[in-house]
Amino acid sequence: MSTAAEEHPHEPGKAREAFRAITRDVSWVAEAPKPHKAWLVALGIALIMLGIGGLSIFVLVTTGIGVWGNSNTVGWAWDITNFVWWIGIGHAGTLISAVLFLTRQSWRVSINRAAEAMTIFAVMCALLFPLLHTGRPWFAWWMLPHPNDMGMWPQFRSPLMWDVFAVSTYATTSILFWYMGLVPDLATFRDRFAAKGDKLKAIIYGVLSLGWRGSARNWHRYERAYLILAGLATPLVFSVHSVVSFDFATSQLPGWHTTIFPPYFVAGAIFSGFAMVLTLMLPLRHLFNLQHIIKESHVEAMCKIMLATGMMVGLAYGTELFIAWYSGNLYEKFAFANRAFGPFWWAYFAMVSCNVLIPQAFWFKKIRQRPVIIFILCIFINIGMWFERFVIIATSLARSFLPSAWSYYTPTRWDVGLFVGTLGLFFTLFLLFFRYVPVIAMSEVKGAMPEAHAGGPKGEHK
Amino acid sequence: MATKHHDDTTHDAPATGDGELYGILAEYDTPGELVDAARKVRDAGYAEFDCYTPFPVHGIDEAMGIKRTILPLIVFGGGFTGLIGGVFLQWWMNAYNWPWNISGKPSWSIPANVPIAFEATILFSVFASFFGMWILNKLPQVWHPFFRSDRFARVTDDAFVLGIESKDRRFDAVATRKLLQDAGAIAVEDVYLDPDPKAKAMPKWIVAFVVASTAFALIPFALVAKARNSKASQPHIHIFADMDFQPKYKADTAMDLFADGRANRGEVSGTIARGHLKADDTFYRGLENGSWTLGFPKQLEINDALMKRGQNRFNIYCSACHGFDGRGSGTIPQRVAATGGAWQARNLVEAGGATVTMPNGQLFNTISNGFNTMMGYAAQLPHADRWAIVLYVRALQRSQNASLEDVPPDQRGSIR
Repeated sequence: MSTAAEEHPHEPGKAREAFRAITRDVSWVAEAPKPHKAWLVALGIALIMLGIGGLSIFVLVTTGIGVWGNSNTVGWAWDITNFVWWIGIGHAGTLISAVLFLTRQSWRVSINRAAEAMTIFAVMCALLFPLLHTGRPWFAWWMLPHPNDMGMWPQFRSPLMWDVFAVSTYATTSILFWYMGLVPDLATFRDRFAAKGDKLKAIIYGVLSLGWRGSARNWHRYERAYLILAGLATPLVFSVHSVVSFDFATSQLPGWHTTIFPPYFVAGAIFSGFAMVLTLMLPLRHLFNLQHIIKESHVEAMCKIMLATGMMVGLAYGTELFIAWYSGNLYEKFAFANRAFGPFWWAYFAMVSCNVLIPQAFWFKKIRQRPVIIFILCIFINIGMWFERFVIIATSLARSFLPSAWSYYTPTRWDVGLFVGTLGLFFTLFLLFFRYVPVIAMSEVKGAMPEAHAGGPKGEHK
Repeated sequence: MATKHHDDTTHDAPATGDGELYGILAEYDTPGELVDAARKVRDAGYAEFDCYTPFPVHGIDEAMGIKRTILPLIVFGGGFTGLIGGVFLQWWMNAYNWPWNISGKPSWSIPANVPIAFEATILFSVFASFFGMWILNKLPQVWHPFFRSDRFARVTDDAFVLGIESKDRRFDAVATRKLLQDAGAIAVEDVYLDPDPKAKAMPKWIVAFVVASTAFALIPFALVAKARNSKASQPHIHIFADMDFQPKYKADTAMDLFADGRANRGEVSGTIARGHLKADDTFYRGLENGSWTLGFPKQLEINDALMKRGQNRFNIYCSACHGFDGRGSGTIPQRVAATGGAWQARNLVEAGGATVTMPNGQLFNTISNGFNTMMGYAAQLPHADRWAIVLYVRALQRSQNASLEDVPPDQRGSIR
């Protein structure tokens, strides 16, 4: 044979053109000399929210956690609610990058990079809450086992210690996994900025891309490592939210002391995480013209996952109520009657309507194809999942075994301020990510395209 | 350059000042053609070649003859280390070095230690796969000669490139080029090393940066080392004061508020702590209406038990000087005599002696507060024990000066 082209006839250069289009459409967000106006406005709002958070932290640290609404009775309130909520949001990113990778869902490549970034930023927000709740965050390192002149060691039978290890392992794994996926795309940025003559950016991206050359021998080990990391991250993501649920399940408080918590929390985490992915990606996809990469079918698939996990969460609510009745346990029965009809009844009904009723709309294809409606529904799901954590934590504590200790919980402005601050941190980081980092995994998208097999031995070419 | 598709296969003219030939790059139009070319290059016996692609190309490992990586083994080693380390960490800290009883639960119970052992396994496996992969790939690498080619810079975008390095033993500038062209290359390019040897060296600013940051990183350690090896007259720096400094006065410090200038507020005179009134003159001081009592305090029952107690205390505290019989020749006077001195303790039992005629209360007072060279025993002996000793001394005095009449009549026969 003279050339491969003769044997497998195809239009020369067409496959390369398709790859080039992907590079161009993803890179322009970072290459545009001036950022998009909507991006600037969003960053401004996010920075203001971040400032509110900074002020709240300053007041908190200089005064003490008495500035929060927490009391002797309701000792965990917004802080732990927000912690569990943020951690849960992060889980969708790992699910997309690891679980959907192992199950060979190729549509994940369009959103996995952004979803993994979301995971890291959400975990950062989550970690702030237990850190500040310690009261003296500068002693947080005491939770890590280290030799000290007091001769003390952490108590590893405490679920709170499990939390420290699970969440820090999760954060480390997420960052390494994310960075590893980024390296080939950072190399793309390096070469593009070098070709344009932007030396500073070429050097920065060059250092970050570690001298990646796209060598097949490197790709071979890279793909192995990717597969192994996905295989490690999958049990990890399930363990993390299970461990978070152990914080509650291993206590004896009615409403917390249930074995259903680990699967129930994990399903809720995935549910809320996908809602957050869509909340972030729907507007950005529209603003930056990425509709042909993050396709409608991808959005639809995510809606279906939310429908499924939403119903799992609904099943868990039903099971909890059933077991409370079926157990015949006086305290369990009271705890759940109190949840639905007690002083926090409004939170319970917000939770059920947002998490169980609203996702039912995703049964309809017409709704799954309307980004505006999906966006609004996702906001409701985010709110509903926040209320789920609040209901579990606050209502159970406010009505504990001792009626003389019963009380009500009202947040103070600093509770709200810190929550707003973490939202600000999250959106600030996400917007910066969107502008300066390859927002879509270009190499993975190219590898999942039909053109990736162009000129192959079977003549697969489109 | 980027738009030169299917250009002629003659190589671009080498840039002026190029050094020796490093290798040949060949670009192919599609991933499939690259795979075919890689197979041909491999079949021709080349070893020092590689394919460069924007994404992992399916089937290229087999075509190039890439051996399966040993990475999974490294990861297994990492995970195993994590598991053993996680279990050992918890056992050593919670069961061995600092066991801590919580509600009587065993200090070592596997189920409670599973989560952390699991997380440690995952963490170490992740480190092994992440760092292991980069190390096996010999990355990060600051520079590679192929980066001199503009064509090579498009590998991260849309180019499918095969590169053969001149160090391969089959490399031949003409034959290798022909092989690549025959395999369907759309362009072939020679890559030359930079003739300037400095180009191979690390850029000076990177070296300067590394040296400077290393030097800066050592500063904290130097400060710690200095602090550990020097004395300071000022307290340590307290970034977070916590509760070490509180707006309050401590004992024995100065304070302007009170006339005496002291922060201490002593108790009001005449204050007596609960249980320390000691109002009973007889029991606590041996007095009765201002003079030594002749009897015993009424709260003490005079019986065999008290006598035995008195004997026990006397033999411990008194006999060293006064002797077991009370005659004043205990082990200490014996020792004085043995070393050539002469000293006797008071003979407590001498008939008509001072101690025999002394009232009980005065005897109690002497035990409590001492007499001449004898120290007081108030600190060692509770009041009741001192009274027990008084009782025993009285018994000693009687026994040491007894006559036959003191022996019960039915036992007198056994004495003779």
